[in-house]
Amino acid sequence: MAIGTAAGLFSGLFGVGGGTVIVPLLVLWLGYGEREATGTSLAAIVFIAGVAAAVQGAYGNVHVLDGLLVGLPAAGGVLLGTWLQQRMHARAISLLFAAVLVSSAVELMLQ
Amino acid sequence: MIWLVLIGVAAGVLGGLLGLGGGVLFVPGLVIVVGLTQHEAEATSLLAIVPVALVGALTQDRYGNVRRTDALRIGVVSIGGVAGGVALANVLSGAVLRTAFALLILLIAAQLVRRTLRQAPVPGAADDGVRGG
Repeated sequence: MAIGTAAGLFSGLFGVGGGTVIVPLLVLWLGYGEREATGTSLAAIVFIAGVAAAVQGAYGNVHVLDGLLVGLPAAGGVLLGTWLQQRMHARAISLLFAAVLVSSAVELMLQ
Repeated sequence: MIWLVLIGVAAGVLGGLLGLGGGVLFVPGLVIVVGLTQHEAEATSLLAIVPVALVGALTQDRYGNVRRTDALRIGVVSIGGVAGGVALANVLSGAVLRTAFALLILLIAAQLVRRTLRQAPVPGAADDGVRGG
C-alpha cells in the first residue's frame, strides 16, 4: 500500500510520526471517517516510529535518555490534553499552536 | 533535564488538545532548547513518539476508532519507506534537513489555520485524538 510506504518515508526522513500523511490519505483514498483515520493512524505510527527509531539507532543518532525524558511525560500530557479538549476553546489554541510552529520554523532556520 | 520533561508535557498536551503533535514539536524543541543536531533530534523524536502514539492509540481503540488490520498493514508496509527515509536523512546535511523541516512545519501550520477557520466556533467542538504528526 502506497500509504504505508509514503508514511514510512516521511517518518524516517523528518522524525515525525507520519500522521500528517496517513490521516488525509485514509480519508481521501479509503473513505475513512476522521476519527477512525486518526485512531488507525496512531496505531500504525507506534510501529512506524518504533522501526524508524531503531534504524536511526543503528546510525547512532538516537539519544535514548533524552527520548524517554521527552516521550514518557508527553504520553501523560496527551491524556491531560484530551481531557482539556472537552473544556476549552480549541480554536484559539489551534491558532496559537500554528503561531508556535511558525516561530519554531524561524528559530530553526536561525540555528 | 527539566526542559526535556517540559517539552514533553507541552507537546503531549497540545497533541491531545489539537490532534496534532509529536515530532512536530519534539524536533525543534530538541534542537533549540537541548542543542541536539537536526539528525539527532529527529532520531530521538522518533523514540519519544512511540509512547505518545501508543497512549493515543489505546485511547482511540477504546472508542472503537482503530481499524487494526489496516493499521498493521500500513505499519508493515512502511518498513521499506522508513529505511529509505532514514537513509536519505542521513545523507543530507544538517542545514538542508533543517530547512526542509522548517518548511514542513510551516506547511503544517498553514494546514492547521485553514482547518481551524473552517470550523464552527463552538467551544470544545474541535478535534479528535492525537495524530502523532
